[in-house]
Amino acid sequence: MDSVVLIYKGIYILAIFGISLLIATYSTYFERKIAAFIQDRVGPNRAGPMGLLQPLADAGKLFFKEEFIPANANKTLFILGPGIAMLVAAMTSAVIPFGDTLILGETSFDLIAIDVNIGILYIFAVVSLGVYGLMIGGWASNNKFSLLGAIRAASQNISYELAMGLSLIAVLMLSGSLSLKVIAEQQAGFNWNIWYQPLGFLIFLICAFAETNRTPFDLPESEAELIGGYHTEYSSMKLGMYLFAEYINIFVVSAVMATLYFGAYNFPFMENLRNAFDDPVLGNNVVTILGVGVMFAKIFAFIFFFMWVRWTLPRFRYDQLMKLGWNILIPLAILNILLTGGGILLYDYFTQG
Amino acid sequence: MTLSERMYLPAIAQGLGITLKHFFKKKATINYPEETRSRSEIWRGLHVLKRDENGAERCTACGLCAVACPAEAITMTAGERKKGEEHLYREEKYAVTYEVNMLRCIFCGLCEEACPKAAIFLQDDKLAPARYERDEFIYGKDRLVEPLKTTETK
Ligand code: SF4
Ligand code: SF4
Repeated sequence: MDSVVLIYKGIYILAIFGISLLIATYSTYFERKIAAFIQDRVGPNRAGPMGLLQPLADAGKLFFKEEFIPANANKTLFILGPGIAMLVAAMTSAVIPFGDTLILGETSFDLIAIDVNIGILYIFAVVSLGVYGLMIGGWASNNKFSLLGAIRAASQNISYELAMGLSLIAVLMLSGSLSLKVIAEQQAGFNWNIWYQPLGFLIFLICAFAETNRTPFDLPESEAELIGGYHTEYSSMKLGMYLFAEYINIFVVSAVMATLYFGAYNFPFMENLRNAFDDPVLGNNVVTILGVGVMFAKIFAFIFFFMWVRWTLPRFRYDQLMKLGWNILIPLAILNILLTGGGILLYDYFTQG
Repeated sequence: MTLSERMYLPAIAQGLGITLKHFFKKKATINYPEETRSRSEIWRGLHVLKRDENGAERCTACGLCAVACPAEAITMTAGERKKGEEHLYREEKYAVTYEVNMLRCIFCGLCEEACPKAAIFLQDDKLAPARYERDEFIYGKDRLVEPLKTTETK
């Protein structure tokens, strides 16, 4: 790798990190705004114009709160918990293709931090690590409510990861690759996976809600039963990091869904637009930049959907949650794999036979 | 339950539709200090001690308002008007101190009805605002007496 590419990658990774932090910060603001709008209120509007400085005020407040560690807590692990949650959340966005290729002069820049050929496996591996953050934090608090919340989080995440992985296999059967970049490229134009995988998408979406601990599956922190769940004993910025990690996870999961099912940075008629320019380099760059915008529009739409659902649905009961995961989603996901396999065979039979 | 009911998804879509409708609805919020809800014309708000047409205080410290008050929110001490104070107090006897405890007051308006001198009224456009200390709710004459008409100070 020559130094230009190395420097570019460094800058790009920093930028992606900054963007995910920024989006997570402002997710808290939009969460409150959307909650308010759905409940016929106006939401935070005092800090800055339209309340836009509210996230800064919230973060400032969290920083000034007392840093409290319970007397009998395991101190190292207690501090490690939110750290892991945050680190893991921030790591996942590395393999997501936010755009196609920019061509500047002689060099072309891929708008993806690291194009590993096992991108989607990497995301799954790292996201599953996130459960350690919750588990360690909940256990180290030495509080039965925290522990119960952590156990709930762990069992819920593990159960839903299965269905999520199975629903994903159908996509991988279509694409024949684990690399997110390849999956994105195959959905050029309007050839999105959602048209082939509506059932798979539905399963993935439901699992995504469960994986990010969002309503209707926010049982690990259900206030009525568990006070605050695994973060009951946390205060100050350690609590802030847990909450922050949740929003980064939402961002990443939205990005993954947009990439896997909604064509990532692809949009209809992009080939026509590319050919409309005489200069192929210029055409490519215009389409790429537009594609980045499209990608973020899709991500924001998903984030909005997450919040919209949160303020619409009540929480599931724990046995309902487990039943949905094991008895309904997993068989459905397997059925989906069979259907996809059958579809592929039929397609091959008719096109080649 | 039928199959479509057991799938929950139609019901969820319906619910999402309802919340989306509310999302675009006109908001019920009133930004309080900047905007206020319109009040009835006979709203009983913060007390005021009136002056007469010459700017002299009308109250004669007869104590009828304090007697009428069901919450015992009013206390006063009476004093005799000195020579040369005729422009300040209308009657020979006047209230040296006059206090209404807004934490006790229930804003019933009985003081207003009891007053023979038409001196105390509850305003329809002012409320007793929130404060940090309890003793700040005891309103003395400095905050109760109607300010002098600006025509006189000109
Ligand atoms: S309004 Fe009623 S409670 Fe208040 S001071 Fe007057 S008489 Fe007393
Ligand atoms: S306000 Fe009216 S009723 Fe009360 S002491 Fe003064 S004159 Fe009497």
